[in-house]
Amino acid sequence: MTKKEPQPLEYFTEWKYNPALETIEPGNLKNQYDLFINGKFVKPNSEKYTNIINPATDDVITCVAEASKKDIDKAVKAARRAFETSWEKMPAKERAKYIFRIARLIQERAKELAVIETLHVGKPIRNSRNFDIPLAANYFFYYAGWADKLAYAFPNRIPKPLGVVAQIIPWNFPLLMAACKIAPALATGNTIVLHPSETTPLTALKLAEIIQESELPDGVINIVTGTDSVNEAFVHHKDIDTISFTGNHATGRWIQKTVAGTSEKFTLQLNGKSTHIILDDAAINEAVEAIVNSAFINQGGICGDGSRVFIQESIADEVIHRLKDRMAALIVGDPLDKNTDIGSIHSKAHLTTIDALIKQESDSDNIYQHTSVLPKKGSFVRPTLFINTSQSHPIHQQEVFGPVIAIQTFRTIEEVIEKANNIPYGLTMSIWCDKSSRVFGLTSKLQAGVVWVNASNQIDPTSPFGGYKQGGMGKEGGVYGLLPYVKF
Amino acid sequence: MFYDFRKIPVIDQAGIAERVARFTTRSIKKESKVQALKMALSMIDLTTLEGKDTENKVKQLCYKAMHPHVALPDLPSVAAICVYPTMVSAAKQALKGSTVKIASVSTAFPSGQSTKEVKVTDTNFALDNGADEIDMVMSRGEFLKGNYQFVFDEIASMKQLCKPYHARLKVILETGELSTLDDVRRASDIAIYAGADFIKTSTGKINIAATMPVTLVMLDAIKDYYYKTGIMIGMKPAGGISSAKVALNYLVMLHETLGNAWLNNEWFRFGASSLANDVILQLEKEAKGVYYTKNYISID
Repeated sequence: MTKKEPQPLEYFTEWKYNPALETIEPGNLKNQYDLFINGKFVKPNSEKYTNIINPATDDVITCVAEASKKDIDKAVKAARRAFETSWEKMPAKERAKYIFRIARLIQERAKELAVIETLHVGKPIRNSRNFDIPLAANYFFYYAGWADKLAYAFPNRIPKPLGVVAQIIPWNFPLLMAACKIAPALATGNTIVLHPSETTPLTALKLAEIIQESELPDGVINIVTGTDSVNEAFVHHKDIDTISFTGNHATGRWIQKTVAGTSEKFTLQLNGKSTHIILDDAAINEAVEAIVNSAFINQGGICGDGSRVFIQESIADEVIHRLKDRMAALIVGDPLDKNTDIGSIHSKAHLTTIDALIKQESDSDNIYQHTSVLPKKGSFVRPTLFINTSQSHPIHQQEVFGPVIAIQTFRTIEEVIEKANNIPYGLTMSIWCDKSSRVFGLTSKLQAGVVWVNASNQIDPTSPFGGYKQGGMGKEGGVYGLLPYVKF
Repeated sequence: MFYDFRKIPVIDQAGIAERVARFTTRSIKKESKVQALKMALSMIDLTTLEGKDTENKVKQLCYKAMHPHVALPDLPSVAAICVYPTMVSAAKQALKGSTVKIASVSTAFPSGQSTKEVKVTDTNFALDNGADEIDMVMSRGEFLKGNYQFVFDEIASMKQLCKPYHARLKVILETGELSTLDDVRRASDIAIYAGADFIKTSTGKINIAATMPVTLVMLDAIKDYYYKTGIMIGMKPAGGISSAKVALNYLVMLHETLGNAWLNNEWFRFGASSLANDVILQLEKEAKGVYYTKNYISID
């Protein structure tokens, strides 16, 4: 048999897919959004509004109100009143009915919500349609079921709601994060003041419309948009019982510091730099697929992103070769196109940070980039592979939150355990290995809140999710997700 | 080249299912759809494999293969017609002058339960009558016994018969009779290394025919062989693919797994009898904007 050097595989030159654009119905988005306090949309005290930008086109989508301290006061008061007059007193099975209703309304309006999620985050419609929105509905369905069964969640103890809960959610999965915080807090009988991300508040505001439609008693959920000053008001507020935060470290630490010594409780879900470990007996094609999916979902803007990849040295060349071929078959472009795999980075500032990190790498042999032509407008970056990096490389030390994969090789299991744990975070890890005895030996030594085996990013309302070390405090999801919102 | 068929690359069934699901979410519209439908039509091995087949039935099928639809004269012809060895000479006559190939099933199709002598005679008969392609069946019984050497040698000997005729050899794995994806992969490797030009999923004679997960495992085997040797092997899912929509899913999977080079009937075929008419129906819809009833599309 004569050996020919294989030509690299080529994609999308002979057969290009036509754009299949998802569109938004006129009237689904208003020109201006106010604060949602006590069941009504109200103008902000400051009368200031901020533009919300579509990062894929740089166009202004709409504008939202900027809450001031006075507005936060109003929202907290409404929540307190709702807690005392209706929500806490309501029989648990009645509470459940409202939560189920919200879940169903999210399902009914799934398409509209998916398009809006894509518009302000820049994520592909494929992600928001198949992942974000259905999962958000599922969180409501799941916790609705717990509402009248709390005695079974905590046997021999009597769980009571805390009261008014402040929740701060990040930009990357706006509706999903709102759902996984709101649903357990409602089920346990708390009332809520929610602060969506400054740049991606639109689906939370659509949720406000759904809440109105569900006829939830006024003030049970209040949604206040605005800058970091909202967080500031939350931590200093005397009448908030607990703060639940998902976001970056600096803010997480600051919250912990500020509420120290007060009666205010808190839970934190912080950044991660998640890890794939590929052993020499892994199912390579399936591992490659999962790396691509977990590192590039939401353009890498996910706290469980699998951007740190350890490959056993004996199969490293093969895995990298396949990874490059797989990356070549990805479609980067308009997030509203149903065929797009990788959309737009969510802000110009964030794009600059990612670009700078990629430019740092001077050795072109160590880097592989997707070759597609990027759209002229908007914040796009090519998916990038860093090959043969070391643990000290900046790409391993910083959370990039971009479509970037950094590869290191290892020789022995002991080495990979040591290196995988050698990081301040510990949110998620994935192991790829066919032999269960090796799997169990490894999983018990890894410092991560979640370890997946031959899988990645399997997020489900019924199972707890949360960090280890600097990855956060407290869990979301499952029975554990109820704990931050109850006292005994 | 030494290759131990007991050791095959690890396959994760759940991971395969996830990869397959991803291909089915592509949205193929407008020109890209028309292009894909024409491509699918040109890749069909129009098949009739029945006890009641006659020469006249085969001749009618051959006309259909060359002229798929009278109302759309610029459609491509199908890739081949696929018949029993006894029908090859009738087909040869009917297809004279056209680009449509003749594929003949062989080696005691569909079960393969016969002696080597019978299988050799069967194959030689088809080749002598003018078959361009031989669709042989793998001996599943021997395979499941672990007698890989037998399976390998049998395929290799059929390849030897094909060589002087420049006929291409397709090896039917009958994946519905192999219980795991691991076995599908192992059978693919044996067939490829023994000299198959094409690997094919099914005979169409048992209930479980081609599925996307099985086809993906086989495409992975083809890709691995290409990475190792630079040699391309063809793929033919057969049986059970009767709608254009499903065929497009297969094409997306082919495209995004093996790339452009395989996107033609030299390297990819659909073994099907009713797929052609659904593809034509969809092409009519794209051309005229409305769906026709099936009475506007000829059956042969």
